[in-house]
This record gives sequence, C-alpha cells and structure tokens, in this order.
Amino acid sequence: MSEKVLMKGNEALAEAAIQAGCKHFFGYPITPQTEVAAYMAKQMPKRDGTFLQAESEVAAINMVYGAAGAGARVMTSSSSPGISLKQEGISYIAGADLPCVIVNIVRGGPGLGGIQPAQSDYFQATKGGGHGDYHLVVFAPSSVQELVNLTKEAFDVADIYRMPVMIMGDGMLGQMMEPVEFGAYTPREIPEKTWATTGTEMKRKHNVVNSLYITASDLEELILERQKRYDVIEEKEARFEAYKTEDAEIIVTAYGITARIAQTAVNKAREQGIKVGMIRPITLWPFPKKAFAELDTNKVKNVLCVEMSMGQMVEDVRLSLDCKIPVDFFGRTGGVVPTPDEVLTKIKALYEGR
Amino acid sequence: MTHEILISGFGGQGVLFAGKLLAYAAMLEEKYVSWLPSYGPEMRGGTANCSVIISDEPVSCPLVTNPTVLVAMNAPSLDKFEDSVTKDGKIFTDASLISQEFKRNDTSNFAIPSTKMAEELQASKLSNMVLLGKVVKETSVLPFESIINALKKTVPASKQAMLEINKKALETGFNA
Amino acid sequence: MEQVFKRPHALVDVSEHYCPGCGHGIVHRLVAEVLDELDIEGKTIGVAPVGCAVFAYNYFECDMQEAAHGRAPAVATGIKRVHPDKVVFTYQGDGDLAAIGTAETVHAAARGENITVIFINNAIYGMTGGQMAPTSLMGQVTQTTPYGRTEQNQGFPIHVCEMLSTLDGVALAQRTTINSVKAIKETKAAIKKAFQNQIDKKGFSIVEVVSTCPTNWGKTPVEAMKWLEENMLPVYPLGVYKDKE
Repeated sequence: MSEKVLMKGNEALAEAAIQAGCKHFFGYPITPQTEVAAYMAKQMPKRDGTFLQAESEVAAINMVYGAAGAGARVMTSSSSPGISLKQEGISYIAGADLPCVIVNIVRGGPGLGGIQPAQSDYFQATKGGGHGDYHLVVFAPSSVQELVNLTKEAFDVADIYRMPVMIMGDGMLGQMMEPVEFGAYTPREIPEKTWATTGTEMKRKHNVVNSLYITASDLEELILERQKRYDVIEEKEARFEAYKTEDAEIIVTAYGITARIAQTAVNKAREQGIKVGMIRPITLWPFPKKAFAELDTNKVKNVLCVEMSMGQMVEDVRLSLDCKIPVDFFGRTGGVVPTPDEVLTKIKALYEGR
Repeated sequence: MTHEILISGFGGQGVLFAGKLLAYAAMLEEKYVSWLPSYGPEMRGGTANCSVIISDEPVSCPLVTNPTVLVAMNAPSLDKFEDSVTKDGKIFTDASLISQEFKRNDTSNFAIPSTKMAEELQASKLSNMVLLGKVVKETSVLPFESIINALKKTVPASKQAMLEINKKALETGFNA
Repeated sequence: MEQVFKRPHALVDVSEHYCPGCGHGIVHRLVAEVLDELDIEGKTIGVAPVGCAVFAYNYFECDMQEAAHGRAPAVATGIKRVHPDKVVFTYQGDGDLAAIGTAETVHAAARGENITVIFINNAIYGMTGGQMAPTSLMGQVTQTTPYGRTEQNQGFPIHVCEMLSTLDGVALAQRTTINSVKAIKETKAAIKKAFQNQIDKKGFSIVEVVSTCPTNWGKTPVEAMKWLEENMLPVYPLGVYKDKE
C-alpha cells in the first residue's frame, strides 16, 4: 500500500482510522466533515466494522463511551457545533479513563457560525471543553499525509494513556486533496485492556467503567493520579516542527493549515532578505512550550502568532515565552482564511519596527 | 516551477473534476500537488471553484490567491478572479458563455467556445475537458499524455465509452 | 439442611443505599435472579443510570458501565455493537429514561437495538430530592410542582410503554408492578422474557416497573404501596403493550 493516492483529508483520515484497527464509528452528519461518516458507512460493513449514524452527537459520543469501555478502538467525528454537543460525553470519557479518537473538522463559530474553515475551537480543545479537571491530547495536522499519520498514532496514544485524543483539523484540511501514502505504520506498544467490560466469564471480579466518586478525597486522589499521567504526556508527547529558525530574528508560529499559509509568507519574506522562521505546534495539548522557552532572546526580536481565530493559541505562546519576547498576533476569523500576503505584510511591519 | 491554477464556474460544469484530473495527473508525474475546492451549502447551479497547485517543491499554502492560470467557465468567475491573475499569467475562458472582453492585457488570454465545441462532439457537458486540453497546450503544466493516463486511472474500466469521449474533448481543446 | 432462599450470585453482597420501602431493591434482586437462572452473569454487561440507581454498578456482579444522565441506551448500543454476543442491559429511572434521555430511548428502540431495558417508574425524581418527573401524575405535588402538576403549566405524563409499542424495532414492551407477591413474580417473568428475547436476538425489550418512592412521596412504605395502587395503576395500566412473537 505504499503507492500514492489522491485523497480528500476527510476520507484519508477515515481510511487511516480503519487501518489503525478502528472497528466502530458513531457519528452524525455535519458540514464540513460529512465525508468521514460517508466513507465509514461505505467501508465499515466491508471490513468487519460497524458504522452507525446516531440520533445526535450526544448519542454518538455516548456510543463511543460504551464501545471504548467495552474495549474497542472507536472513533467519532464532527465539526464545531457538534463537538460542543459531544462535550458531555468527552468529559465522562476522560473521567472514566477511556481511550478513543475524536475528530473536529473546525468551522466558524460561535453558535451555528458558518461552514468555512476556522481554528476558533482551540480553547475548547485544549483547555477542557467539558466540565472537570481533564485534558485531551490534541493533534493538529497540517497536511493530508500528516492527518493520516497522526490519526493512526492517535489510536495508540489513546490506548497507551487511556484517554481521549482529538484530531483537530479544519474545513480546508478536510476538504482538500493531496497525494497520500498509507505506508506501514509501526504501532507503539499497547497495554492490554484488562479494565474493559467484556463480560467476567465468571473468571474475574467485575469491571466497572465509571466516573462517579462520591467521596471527595477519593475523587481528588484519582485526579492526582491522572495528573501524573498528564505530566508524563507533557514531557514525552509534545511535538512541533521548526522551519528556518536557526538565524531567525522573527518567529512566526501557526498550526494546522494556517501554518502552510504562514510558511508561504515566511518563504516570500526570506526572498526579501528578512530573517524569519516558523514554529509549528503539532500537538496543541501538550503545548510544545520548550520550543518557545528555548528561543534565543538575543536573536529573536519578535514572535508573530497567526491563527484563524481572534487569538487563542497566542495565549499559550505568551505563557511559554514568559514575557521574554514580545508576541504579536494576526488572525482572520469566522471562516475567512488569511492570505500569505496578509501575513507577509505583518512580518514586514515587525521587521521594520525592530 | 510552481503552477497555481484556479478553475471556476457553475456547479455542474465539472470544475472540480477538471481540477481533480489535473491534480491526479500531476501526482502520477511525481509532482507535489494540492487540490482545494470551494465548498458551501449543497446546491446545483451554485458557483464552484478549485485551487490546484502543481510544483517541483512541497506545496505550502494550498489556497490559490494569485493564479498563474485561471480557467473561467462563466462570466461571474471572470469578473471575480481576472484581477487576481499574476502578471504574465494565463486566462482561459469559455467564449460560448462569456461575451465580455478581457480587461487584462498583461496576461495571455485564450477564449475558445468550449461549450459549443463540446456540443459538436455530442458531449455538451465536457466543456471542462475542452478547456483543460487548451490549458495543457498553452502552458507547461503537464504533458498531454499524463492527463490521458490520469483519465484512464480515474474513469473505471466499465465506463470505456466515457473515457473515449473525455479523451476526444481533451484533444479537441488541445488542437483548438 | 436444604437452603431454600439465598442471595442470587449476580447480586453483590453489600448493603444497598436504597430507602426503606423503595422498589429498587426488589427489582435489583429480580434482575440478579434472572441473570443466575439464565446463567448469563459472566457474559452480561449492565449500564447504570444517573438517579437513585446510579450505584447499581456496585450491586451487580457482572461487568458494569456507568452512563451519563439519560445516555444509557446509547452507551448500551456502543457496548452491544462491540460485543453482539454478550448480553447488555440498562437499568433506568423515569427522569433518566423519559426526560433527559428520551431521544436515546426512542432511537435505541426504533433501531431495534438488541438490548434489555429495565425501567423504574415511580413518578418522581429521587436522588435530587423529589422533583417532578416526566411520569408525575396530574395534580401531583412535588418540590418543583408545589401547587400540583397542571395541564396549563407542565402538561401531561408520558406513557412510555404505550409510546414505544408503536415502534417496529420493539420486541417487548410490558408494564408490571411490585405491590404484591404475585405482581413481583409477574415482574420477574417479564424481566426474564426481556433477557431471553435478547439472547434470541429479537430486538429491543423494555419492562416498565411501576414502583414506589416513600421518601419523596412523603409516605410510609405501607402508605406508599397503597398510593401506588390507588393513583399510579389507574394512570399506568399494567399489561403487555407489545410482544413480537
């Protein structure tokens, strides 16, 4: 299967999930991610899997809860308003320490918003979303190939840490086609799911999948245990890509498809002699703090964060830099995609103002 | 070398397919390529466009804002995108549907009656392929054969007749 | 000496948290007896609700999942799709099943999801302290209907078995009660049938048990039983509403 195929992001991620051993998909139609469900509906019956169109996003995520608790590799996908509906279930899944993969092909918001690409769900994805002390691992791929690779890895990460993993794309990444290879993925080592509700067969004590702990000290103890796991993840799983940063005086930072737009601007700026580079977070949680904290403050004069939002990731960038380098922001929102020239203009203004 | 191609028209004119075929051919030629459609509420007859980037280097931004090649299959598309074409870029239009003059004189402009030419082939819906044939002829995007190869791969063997008529439409445009 | 009565194996040997006179204890026991008699404890996965029965996961020896409020049928659907040959049941109260979880209930039933649903209808919210349920009776005084449930304000109670019996996916919809030894035996027979249906892959089976809540009704257990007979049974007639043979 190492031959290249031309595929839409949404379909490619669905194929990647099936290849990763996802046997169960529960979803509900919403633009711009519906191709994921359509692909699953077509493929799952042929590949020994289940596709079920739920009555709502709320039901879909709770089906995911049940299937994950039963020990299966399971996924759901949606877009912003649908992800809001899923937050209840996501919180319960996190609270019950269940592994699953949730895809958000982000569109403009708030409310019904629009259907064009956006990144305005960053806070929701990385700061909780649902109630309680919890995190999701959030992957932010910037190409169809990376979407495929990270989808496969998402299932492993979810199983290893027993937690939900979110793939955060946007309408553009979901809708675009690029050549993609479904090369051999080397799975990570996965612990056995001894906790799953598979039926006791009268051979063991019953397993209980649950997020209710009525004694406060019990709940606190559990959350502290989970926090230790989060600490390990922050240490081991944070990822980013650095692009032309060695001599850079200005660092542009962006994730997902916006990073591709910013990269074009960086290239154009380089052609004009401006020393600019880019840091692209690949995991949004854990946020790659070190990439920023370790920037040489003698060399880097400005950081420019570009997002398809009014400025959400920029807060994490500022926290990571701890005020050592001034951080500027440029964003378009509501489904409007920034152009490379707009970003270039911003870079030039910063360069001239040094 | 990077070609930034924007193909635009009414939904149903085969705008997305023309772009997809081009992207597929480029992939077979081992080029870097991206295909990005406009998308909106599903509606037949609405406007549609797609950005195709074909390059010798990895594609960064997949959105075409300043096309080197514009294919405008209806008048609103020409109105909307003509100004955005790069200097020395190339503009292709369907003269059967667009009567207005080109505003740009710093671009190479090609107006062929592609709908009429397709109708003469008894294939009125293949205006997209006629125009694509012309694009291949007038630009260095891809060799003609690679488009035909891509066509063979994208049209299922069971629809051999479709393959033939598409091929004929491409040739008609190429020779126009 | 012959032992003639014992705790069912499928019922965990702990003291339950239910109030005196509450129907949950009886129905828990009936479910456990059925799991024993059908010899399915080891292949059964139960789903507990939110409400008074929230701790049901501590009371059954089979594997259990605790669902979000109202979502038990969706959770059960997920489990059943992963383990189609296992036995999956939900245990839900009236607020869980017929208010916040109405959509999940109706659609699991419409799909003919091959699961068993045990539904306790006591016309009130217990865990939160006695608020109106979707099955509260007309005129019933609760914490949130201090002047009684009225047609103008809260409208009418939902008749779950009657409603679900219209759906093609439902194999069994039966309403029973627990106000006498005879009634308890009938309830057990219905529960057994609802599990047997699943084993026979017949589809969605629901047993609605009209039950008591002495604490929140403000009555003694004996008075509560009398209130059930005089007030609930006329509104919720017992019987088999759907039995797909």
